Amino acid sequence: MTEHVIRLPDVGEGVAEAELVEWHVKIGDLVREDAILAAVMTDKATVEIPSPVEGEIVWLGAKIGDVVAVGSDLVRLKVRGEDNSSALTGARVAPRVKAPASETAESAPLAKRPIGNSLERAPATTALPGSATGRPPRTAPFRQSARGAPRPEGEKPLAAPAVRLRAREAGVDLRQVPGTGPAGRITHEDLDAFSAQGPGLTRALGLQPRTAVEDIKVVGLRRRIAEKMSISNSRIPHITYVEEVDVTGLEELRATLNNQKRHDQPKLTLLPFLMRAMVRAIVEQPNLNALFDDEAGVVHQHAGVHIGIAAQTPAGLMVPVVRHAEALDLWGCGAEVSRLVEAAKNGTATRDELSGSTITITSLGTMGGVVTTPIINHPEVAIIGVNKMMVRPIWDGSAFIPRKMMNLSSSFDHRVVDGFDAALFVQRIKTLLETPALIFIEG
Amino acid sequence: MKDIFCKLLVIGAGPGGYVCAIRAGQLGIDTVVVEAKKLGGTCLNVGCIPSKALIHVAEEFKKIAQIASGASPLGISAGKPALDLSKTVLWKEGIVGRLNNGVAGLLKRAEVKVVEGWARFRDGKTVEVETEIGPQVIRAEQVVIATGSDAIELPFLPFGGNVISSTGALALTEVPSKLVVVGAGYIGLELGTAFAKIGAAVTVVEAEGRILPQYDAELTRPVAKRLRELDIEVLTGAKAKGLASKGDALSIEAADGKVVTLAVDKILVTVGRKPATEGWNLDAIDLDMDGPFIRIDDKCRTSMRGIYAIGDVTGEPMLAHRATAQGEMVAGIVAGEKRSWDKVCIPAVCFTDPEIVTAGLSPDEAKAAGIGFKTGLFPFRANGRAMTLEKEAGFIRVVARADNHLLLGIQGVGAGIAELSAGFSLALEMGARLEDVAATIHAHPTQSESLQEAALMALGHPMHI
Repeated sequence: MTEHVIRLPDVGEGVAEAELVEWHVKIGDLVREDAILAAVMTDKATVEIPSPVEGEIVWLGAKIGDVVAVGSDLVRLKVRGEDNSSALTGARVAPRVKAPASETAESAPLAKRPIGNSLERAPATTALPGSATGRPPRTAPFRQSARGAPRPEGEKPLAAPAVRLRAREAGVDLRQVPGTGPAGRITHEDLDAFSAQGPGLTRALGLQPRTAVEDIKVVGLRRRIAEKMSISNSRIPHITYVEEVDVTGLEELRATLNNQKRHDQPKLTLLPFLMRAMVRAIVEQPNLNALFDDEAGVVHQHAGVHIGIAAQTPAGLMVPVVRHAEALDLWGCGAEVSRLVEAAKNGTATRDELSGSTITITSLGTMGGVVTTPIINHPEVAIIGVNKMMVRPIWDGSAFIPRKMMNLSSSFDHRVVDGFDAALFVQRIKTLLETPALIFIEG
Repeated sequence: MKDIFCKLLVIGAGPGGYVCAIRAGQLGIDTVVVEAKKLGGTCLNVGCIPSKALIHVAEEFKKIAQIASGASPLGISAGKPALDLSKTVLWKEGIVGRLNNGVAGLLKRAEVKVVEGWARFRDGKTVEVETEIGPQVIRAEQVVIATGSDAIELPFLPFGGNVISSTGALALTEVPSKLVVVGAGYIGLELGTAFAKIGAAVTVVEAEGRILPQYDAELTRPVAKRLRELDIEVLTGAKAKGLASKGDALSIEAADGKVVTLAVDKILVTVGRKPATEGWNLDAIDLDMDGPFIRIDDKCRTSMRGIYAIGDVTGEPMLAHRATAQGEMVAGIVAGEKRSWDKVCIPAVCFTDPEIVTAGLSPDEAKAAGIGFKTGLFPFRANGRAMTLEKEAGFIRVVARADNHLLLGIQGVGAGIAELSAGFSLALEMGARLEDVAATIHAHPTQSESLQEAALMALGHPMHI
């Protein structure tokens, strides 16, 4: 029997460390060759680490949530028979990419990309089974003697027959009585204390203060989101500009187009119009379609408009990217958005589809609210937030008329975008959306 | 006859009904109890009490026979014993008679009126009793149905002639030389074992794959071993098919599908019991049923206001002490007490050789309930007192929650273990944890030390193994 060390393999170009998000084995487990040992998460994806050998796990090198450097010892196994040197140098194991859990910026000059922008205040959603977002199981430790320690829901109160009899005669529902005895047993003294509180307090039981604090470790995608939000928010001085847009005309056009669309064409939402309007506005203000490498002091101004669409998925926030929106027509934009959002939600989006954006749109649809303060998808310099469309009374000079109004809440990197430029950009988009024909007129 | 008016009418004076009536009387309720047969019901007259009497006789006889055979290491010698079963039956009847009189006295002292006869419902408040001196109408504000249960009869083996029920077996005045017991539940095995000890050649036919199928295999193993020692043939997976024409043989289909004929003197059919829901015009009150049983809630109320049901007629487990507890509770409810069924466990005892006791959840049941648990098992062969009694077979097993060590169940198998059952149910009812039992001094030298040891075992540090 010899010991075999498995080290964290190189899980992707340029990646120096990865976060351990899941152990598939524990000490004492016998594993076969190719059995999955652990899942680690890099900036780019969740990677499963298979075992190159058959053996018994004797040591695990990290806890869930630890950041492990590439090349450091991850697992030690006891293996049968002679071992060769590879065991000591660490076997070459081929990591398996499981599901892209965040965007990558392979083509982008900067490796570190934020996953998200501002609207992701919603809590991490349902964890995918066995995926990187799986939270550690929450354990509710049994508290033996804490006064008022609640019984787990649905559990019968524990009390000796004499206590039950007294409670019955006193008309006390034992389910309401905290038990201080061993295993939460309700004692005569508990009953005395409960009765001494008087009926007023008895009724108030439903509104007792809750003092418990549950510690939930922030791991996986949630941790990644947290880190990148910090980077975006701490490094970028945001200026947020809100303007209202009259989309009555746009909505009429959209309805007409949807009524007349061919079978193979997607149902148009507002997004494709906004994307096309942004493309038009960027022609005049190309500095807003850029990535700001603040360490190098360079703004990479892109000719291609790659629009990230912030989307809430079961695994958390993802930003699928519509590449080269300038080369897609309205229908093309619509088709691409629905395809990518679907892929992101199903977890089938590729790394390319989740990376490389140069400007981002964030929308919470019908929950869009009146105003948001979007956080820029670092290192981009602009993000356009779509608020909820609603009918508002507008004064036309002689009367109030109902108009379909929608706010755009947009944030800009104030280091490289002046307030005037930001306002100009949004006003241009407003003009294009209010007179949608302008979107389609070349020149 | 003049109609009787009362506050509470109890139909059936078994261990549920008579206790309900006595308690109601004690609480000052004007109570009448109707019984068609003898006071005390199945339990006292043809069940628990007489069967235990016979089991005791058989055990005493077997002991002496073993000593007489020279197989005893105790240094005692004795002549070959003889048994006059008709005298045994008289002795047993004496006990039953004393208890009948005792119940009658208790009812009288509680000022409960007893009406002898068969009751039939006219409506939810009125019954008519066929008494020896004519029909008697009783009108009551509240009624408790405590009619009990009857032995199940097999259609192809109707009771009569050589085919007997447990009641018939307890009335035998001669030991049958060849006895076939159909059904290896606790009643069949208790009686089959007793008759084997007093000289009958006993064969047990059981359709299921093993004896006592309602208990877990670990508990029944010592019983199966003892059956073999007593030369009782157990045919599992076998089905009784019917009597040979003369009534002196039983044909059975063995586990391999072959039909075999067993010569018999008596065939004891113990294939279970069914609720006694016929013959008293249940249709007149149209109660909701729960399968063959009367449906009740946690206060033993039926679907009709003012009518309660207790005991075997309301479902499993069909045990006298369940009926008694229900009867006592219902009397309280009728007297205006706030009561409901809150028992943690209903212990069950099987007077086989060795005896089996179960209280609370078995490991299988705990698993099925999705509770994380641990068990501890202490065998009697490591218990000094068991050695001195020559009763080393069996063990005590505890089942406790893994997280807080609350006892969920205690089971055991061993000679005389029925007497330990009180400690089992007390521990469960009091909400004891493993630590409570482990820290309680259990007197030495007794078999009960094995309970403490089983708790220690579950805690990981037994003393004597």
